[in-house]
Amino acid sequence: MKPMKKFSNSFLLFSILSIFLLLFCMILSVSYGAVPVAYHNVINAIKNVGLEEYETLVVATRIPRVVFGVISGAALSISGVMMQAITRNPIADPSILGVNTGASLFVVCGMAFFHISSSYEYIWLAFIGAALTAVLVYGLAACGNGGVTPMKLALAGTATSIALQSMINTIMLPNGQVMDSFRFWQVGNIGAASWDDIKTILPYFMVGFVLSIIVIHPLNAIALGDEMAISLGINVTLTRVLAALAGVLLCASTTALAGPIGFVGLMVPHLVRAIVGPDLKKVIPLSALLGACLLLIADLIGRIFGRPGEIESGIITAFLGAPVFILIIRKVKVQSL
Amino acid sequence: MKYEKTAILDGYRKRNRRYLLVCGAMGFIILGLAIFEMVYGNTVYPISTVIKALMGENIKGASYTIVSIRLPRMSGGLLCGFAFGMAGNIFQKLLRNPLASPDIIGVTSGSSVAAVYCILVLHLSGSIVSIIAMLSGLLVSAIIYWLAQSGPYGFSNSRLILTGIGAQAFLNALVSWLLLKAAQYDVPNALRWLSGSLNNVNLSEIPRLLFVTATVSLFLSVFYKHLEIIELGEHHAITLGLNKNAIRITFILGALILIAFATSISGPIASVAFLSGPIANKLAGEGKSNMLSSGLTGSILVMASDMAAQYAFPARYPVGVLTGILGAPYLIYLLLSYNRKGVQ
Repeated sequence: MKPMKKFSNSFLLFSILSIFLLLFCMILSVSYGAVPVAYHNVINAIKNVGLEEYETLVVATRIPRVVFGVISGAALSISGVMMQAITRNPIADPSILGVNTGASLFVVCGMAFFHISSSYEYIWLAFIGAALTAVLVYGLAACGNGGVTPMKLALAGTATSIALQSMINTIMLPNGQVMDSFRFWQVGNIGAASWDDIKTILPYFMVGFVLSIIVIHPLNAIALGDEMAISLGINVTLTRVLAALAGVLLCASTTALAGPIGFVGLMVPHLVRAIVGPDLKKVIPLSALLGACLLLIADLIGRIFGRPGEIESGIITAFLGAPVFILIIRKVKVQSL
Repeated sequence: MKYEKTAILDGYRKRNRRYLLVCGAMGFIILGLAIFEMVYGNTVYPISTVIKALMGENIKGASYTIVSIRLPRMSGGLLCGFAFGMAGNIFQKLLRNPLASPDIIGVTSGSSVAAVYCILVLHLSGSIVSIIAMLSGLLVSAIIYWLAQSGPYGFSNSRLILTGIGAQAFLNALVSWLLLKAAQYDVPNALRWLSGSLNNVNLSEIPRLLFVTATVSLFLSVFYKHLEIIELGEHHAITLGLNKNAIRITFILGALILIAFATSISGPIASVAFLSGPIANKLAGEGKSNMLSSGLTGSILVMASDMAAQYAFPARYPVGVLTGILGAPYLIYLLLSYNRKGVQ
């Protein structure tokens, strides 16, 4: 009983620490930016008073961005946790798997052929595109013997990405207007988020989050191996489908509104597992918290280094995430590649 | 014994004949494509006019179109295709993996980033861009190689490929960022760097490209036998007394130079490096180094796709978009058969 208790104490400690970190990031992210503001402006903006003052108004426009950043950071990292758990594979992430490109392709089709421009419709298109791509890539990687190795998964993802990217180019090129809006959408960014976006994404996030909590227990069992899970009385296929649904829903809703933001789902779960171990009961909430922190930090870095403009957060996460990906590759043994 | 020996020799001669035949046929196809590309366009000129214009005779209207627009486009496609095809084949043979082409493992992105930076931020042009792109391609591949072999479990080809994929994600983020910052008014240039295009090839760039492609490919052709041996596996290479590291470095350097020069002129034309080697293998026979035949295949791919991309569709596309689409089904087929074999 004793070691069990010690473990949950450290989990509690890390949770509290990450909550504080998240609050700290949120405050920083509200108060820093292209326009420097005084402290009382921040307070006023949060209280929603004194909006006639210019600085306060600036802060007020940053608030939806921060809220959106928290939601999408959490969504992306839970989605990464789900994908890694289903595939039992350390490098599964929406960007490596090509799921983001699939979502992009469908959004571009929507823009070009159906003249869709509302974020509500983007979500559904992105969701369908992401789901189809995830199934395709996983199917490609699962062919043949040896199971789904990181190598096969990464190659299938990259190959599919290349293929889908050229389709995107084909649709986009003859259509100047689509190209212009897509060029900016293609680089993930939370800077343009509004309260409407948050209202749109929230229900999908909640559904995905609840789904991922429902499958925690059976997914933990699947981590021991399919046979073990079946002998524990778990419906492996149903669990996988639900978890995949949660993962795709979470990443597709974020991608639809903010554009593809890669590597958050790769970095955060790895860090969290290194701290609290593989139990999903702990990994999921902590990943959500730290994922939100990471995206806010990436956004802040982009604002600080990109002055007078800003560097999009999708670019910053790729800068941070690609080295982490390479580090993971270095640590994996050859046999399991 | 004697019978066996003649049988082996016969087979050898037969394969050589086939190789020469295929290369010859490809040469004719390229010649045909080149003539077609010079003659056909919005205005169709007779061959005699084209020859006169190329000889330097000033024909009103035709001279400009032929010498300044069609000639650089044709020769750019020919040379870039050759460079991409040959370099891709070298990578695939050295790493003994059909998926290990430079556009998948991040080498092309390394050159691309440098070229984009030089052109859009430093406003450079000409051979300095190619040289910087080449150095950056070299540096990136050295880093990828070092990262892949210095880990706790040592080098493996799969680790190299995966590291390359990671590096590519990083470099592509860099390219997107550079494009977003600098390209609002310069979209055609941006596209050249996203998927490869022959639209902006300049006649002044051609001699340099020709010189580099010809020198490097001739130099590498001298060592073609070593490449065939390395393809048999490292153990065989060592047994046959090959200094495999020296050979590997020579070939990688040569291939990188080819890629970097071609990339700095046309941008990364998608899938050509990746498709040429396997097509050449199918046509000219496996077991050969296929250096010449894969280069020629690359030229055919680029020239034919460029013509199709310009005239076969209602809108004009850059060549890279079409080759990218050509590459996609093959890539998926390759993944399926590769996985079925269970090769790691």
